[in-house]
Amino acid sequence: MTDPNTPQQIEPGPGEVQAADVMKVQVPNTPPRSQWAEVWSQFRHHKGAMAGGIIFLLIVLVVFAGPLFWPIEATFIDIRARNQGPSLAHPFGTDQLGRDMLARMMAGGQVSLSVGITAMLLALFLGSLVGVMAGYFKWLDNLLMRTTDLFLALPLLPLLLVMVLLFREPLNAAFGPETGIFILIVVAIGVTSWMPTARIVRGDVLALKEREFVLAARSIGTTDSKMILRHILPNVISPIVVSATLGIANAIITESALSFLGLGFPPDFPTWGRLLFDAVDYMQQNPERVILPGVAISLTVLTVNYLGDGLRDALDPRIRGR
Amino acid sequence: MLTFTIRRLVLAVPTLLFISLVIFGLLMLAPGDPMAQVPLTVPPEVKQKMREALGLGDAWYVQYWKWLRQFFWVEPRVLIDAIFGTEFAAGELRALSWQTRSPIMDIVVQRIPQTLWVVGTAYVVAVLIALPIGIYSAYRQYSLFDNVGTFVSMIGFSVPPFFSGVLVIVIFSVQLGWFPSIYDTTHKVTDWDSFMIQLRQMVLPVMVLALQITAQIARFMRASMLDNLNQDYVRTARAKGLGERVVVLSHVLRNSMIPVVTVIALGIPSIFGGAIITEQVFKVNGIGQLLITAIQANDLPMVQTLTFIFAVLIVMFNLIADVLYGILDPRIRYD
Repeated sequence: MTDPNTPQQIEPGPGEVQAADVMKVQVPNTPPRSQWAEVWSQFRHHKGAMAGGIIFLLIVLVVFAGPLFWPIEATFIDIRARNQGPSLAHPFGTDQLGRDMLARMMAGGQVSLSVGITAMLLALFLGSLVGVMAGYFKWLDNLLMRTTDLFLALPLLPLLLVMVLLFREPLNAAFGPETGIFILIVVAIGVTSWMPTARIVRGDVLALKEREFVLAARSIGTTDSKMILRHILPNVISPIVVSATLGIANAIITESALSFLGLGFPPDFPTWGRLLFDAVDYMQQNPERVILPGVAISLTVLTVNYLGDGLRDALDPRIRGR
Repeated sequence: MLTFTIRRLVLAVPTLLFISLVIFGLLMLAPGDPMAQVPLTVPPEVKQKMREALGLGDAWYVQYWKWLRQFFWVEPRVLIDAIFGTEFAAGELRALSWQTRSPIMDIVVQRIPQTLWVVGTAYVVAVLIALPIGIYSAYRQYSLFDNVGTFVSMIGFSVPPFFSGVLVIVIFSVQLGWFPSIYDTTHKVTDWDSFMIQLRQMVLPVMVLALQITAQIARFMRASMLDNLNQDYVRTARAKGLGERVVVLSHVLRNSMIPVVTVIALGIPSIFGGAIITEQVFKVNGIGQLLITAIQANDLPMVQTLTFIFAVLIVMFNLIADVLYGILDPRIRYD
């Protein structure tokens, strides 16, 4: 091909309409933009999503980098300074044992966000695996989709509670109280929230399988595993990304709900849900201790939801502007 | 349509059996021992006899079969006996709670009215608020009302009930003192004053549940209206000279309600799940609270039955949603 910046001279034809003149003007002189640049420019125009993304990154930054700059440990007990309101020494006040609430909020945020992100990754992996398998291999489709329907019919919150009740003791014994309950909660949330992803991915894979490039790839002898990894997966990445954001929000809420019902992490191990649960007894004296973790949970979930909304709009041109 | 309904009903049976098997299997792995509270002075062989009396000595499939029989065969007959005063279930062994040693279903029947009152009222209130909001937001897309409405429903979507519940308690009971923070289920409505007390204690739990449901349904209603507002038939209706009220409220609304109705039906069982937390916050002793106390007390038969009741609700409302969709939208009928 010739250089696109110096268009070829085309001889005008004998007709009255000078088609070649039109072509001369229309030659693009910028390289074509990639799909991701397109998505990014769409995403930037979604105000809610940009704000959500920035605030979410800020929350992550404060929660993970904050303890490096804040001198008080989350577990340090200063019993003389218990049940204090917000002050300069303790911006968020102290709890009933005199532990600094700011440090506890940051420690709790680390646990809540880690649980949310890890559980989301697990659910995403399971959902994409089931979705791709069901969409790609016809003989697996019926079996896998019926399994998905069965999982969707399970009462999830009661089952989560039952799972925590049953497996807490053995896992605590095997991995120690903190790692054990972390594994338990991540796995429990992961295996109960992969179904929507699987359904969406399967639908997309079914549509992709009929496209010509898949036929072309098959005709040059691409194996099934290469086909899935090189051709199918990159094309279903957008629904997966959107369900990732919704998955984080869902996992954070579920973990907090479990902690709130007293079936989550142990009492000396702060998470946002646990902090909220512990503060309920002191609601009348120190209402800010209830409100702070609650606002942290709600704000994180809100920003992640806005992020997901913006990503969905940016990745799917058909529903832009909804 | 009838064959479709019947086919779905038949399919629901293996689904329910599988779910019951999953729940049963999970609970078979439970480490809890119902004899843990029995004094150590009781010799082990007596304890073993007590375990067998509870039916724990049998093989798992025998226990599973007995449980299924109690749930599907004995309990319905007990219900018939209670309604008509007959003697069908006389002498049958009913599933007992380990906690209270009374039949599980009797306790569940005592608890269900409270749950239904709170959850049912919240659901009706939420649907009544959500539909107009969704319709108007879509009709005036990008107006101030739409932007505010979308933002508020996003908040309602993101604030978990265990926080919004505690927050309204802090604001309305602790600071303002308008409403009680605890739902008193022993309260009986006899006259106007007691009715007002009942109304006041229902305000907070209903508000919390309704906020969440309103957010979901309003979002869905808006999206569905937007799908339909740009369709050709709407332009035709306007071109015929129909008034805006007729175009929006009878042409567009009727078509947009199809997916929304199924979402409303699908949401009902998940509300029972969400009500577990709301019931815990406001101390409503409904079935959600019963499940939490049963889990904490290691009362496995109770947990099993309650979880299965939730599963039955989900399967039932999925079925209702499917059938409703078929009735409302003739294009997707499967027969």
